[in-house]
Amino acid sequence: MDNAEVLRIRNDFPVLNQLVNGQSLVYLDSGATSQNPVSVIEAEQEFYEQRNAAVHRGAHHLAVEATEAFEDARQTIADFISADYEETVWTSNATEGLNLLSYALSNAGLWAAQGRGDSRLKDLALNPGDEIVVTEMEHHANLIPWQELAFRTGATLRYIPIADDGSLRMDRAGDVIGPRTKVLAFTHASNVLGIINPVQELAALGRAAGALVVLDACQSAPHLPLDVKELDVDFAVFSGHKMLAPTGIGVLYGRQEHLDVLPPFLTGGSMITTVTMERAEYLPAPQRFEAGTQRISQAVALAAAANYLTETGLDRIHRWEAELGQRMVAGLESIAGIRVLGPAAGQERIGLAAFDVEGVHAHDVGQFLDSQGIAVRVGHHCAQPLHRRLGLTATTRASAYLYNTTDDVDRFLEAVAGVRAYFRA
Amino acid sequence: MSLDQLYQQIILDHSKARHGSGLAETEAPSGASTGQSHQLNPVCGDEVTLRLAVEDGKVAQVAWDGAGCSISMASASVLTDLAEGLTVAELHDVIDSFRDVLRSRGKVHADPELLGDAAAFEGVARYAARVKCAMISWVAAEDALNQAA
Repeated sequence: MDNAEVLRIRNDFPVLNQLVNGQSLVYLDSGATSQNPVSVIEAEQEFYEQRNAAVHRGAHHLAVEATEAFEDARQTIADFISADYEETVWTSNATEGLNLLSYALSNAGLWAAQGRGDSRLKDLALNPGDEIVVTEMEHHANLIPWQELAFRTGATLRYIPIADDGSLRMDRAGDVIGPRTKVLAFTHASNVLGIINPVQELAALGRAAGALVVLDACQSAPHLPLDVKELDVDFAVFSGHKMLAPTGIGVLYGRQEHLDVLPPFLTGGSMITTVTMERAEYLPAPQRFEAGTQRISQAVALAAAANYLTETGLDRIHRWEAELGQRMVAGLESIAGIRVLGPAAGQERIGLAAFDVEGVHAHDVGQFLDSQGIAVRVGHHCAQPLHRRLGLTATTRASAYLYNTTDDVDRFLEAVAGVRAYFRA
Repeated sequence: MSLDQLYQQIILDHSKARHGSGLAETEAPSGASTGQSHQLNPVCGDEVTLRLAVEDGKVAQVAWDGAGCSISMASASVLTDLAEGLTVAELHDVIDSFRDVLRSRGKVHADPELLGDAAAFEGVARYAARVKCAMISWVAAEDALNQAA
């Protein structure tokens, strides 16, 4: 990709074409939420105009059309991550996916204790003495559900530490991950550090320990080719709104052998086979995990977003964003008083950079940039333990996507260069 | 509205001067009745711990520790200058007035006679996301005042 192609791409994103505080918008907050191309907005609109109905019930024409659109979307997303159709579960977002999984795992313990369900459930269940391993760089969404699962089951939560440059201490990972590890959950790419973790290496450690390997793919699925089979993880989650789709839709991938035996989290309509006054039997995955009327139009829109990304080429998007990320870090490092979190310039990172401005609070940095039409994220980016580990409470983060040009990065850098003088730091 | 209207000179000055900052190093006047309050804004991590000493019905001293953006730090500094010497009732009036201005989305103008330098925060009312930054030390002061008085 190059700037000329990006300028063509930008025509697909109406929201980018506006003035903010008198200047053309520079949107560098896609790590928080991305913008929607016309094809995605139209896919959702077309669904409501032509095919809206409840899925998996009703014999009428619209119900059939809606069900087809919904399940075609699932196949599109399964293909997008090289998963099988039955392994692709709709959720509201990654947070819900991780909560679903953590509650399904604690339900596995309850079921196993009463001899309900498959005999493999007792292997999946967590008990006192078992361990859940995460890393020090996790987003709260991939941390708190595990803290709570540990609380419910009596398991212990352990951390793979990071080095000062943000990289995982792989020399310590082998000590933290061991025979007691039942769950190993970590992020593919850090939403703060921009670092890409060695997924296969970690997954191999988890597998050798007999643990379930859970991947937070929120910052990778939208930005680089994702092959869950090649990465050899048991579960993966991501959110649609970070990958050109609307809010309210996300995906939980799960290896079929696990999804087939795990108890459901939410129960109700659309996920059962037989219901009596006393109890219910459940459908196999993915329906087993999709209680109630689903987010149908959002799923259709997410498929349109995946198609947009696939047609553009995730390899190409990844390379372009990596170039923007390097430009950000190199530029930031050359400004006095700026500390960039994560890998230094020249080291691999995705297209985002979080940084501290000496003597100026992140909130003030964000306000200053906004006055020049530049949108960035400020705060702890839902990673308080990571910030505390790095001796900070809040940072500023710029995150690029396929619709950002090098001019966007340059305007951002130029603005950052003026921050400390304005606030007399 | 321009950035300079939000970050008025007075605010930038006070964000550096931080009058009243240094809780641990500041001893409360002996014989005074004190109250202390810790306030946290979970959204941005702004944090203020403020102690207020009341003697003979008047605010004798304000001391605080805090970490946060320029608006939150300047606001605590301005509050310190303003509060010291006021009666308990007067400080309640000032806090009520400041809150009315900040929560008005720009509709209520600050009374410079009552609010003094704190009138400079009038522009913050137009930035909904920043209102809590300006309010945090005032909420702490109100809480501490209720304890001390």
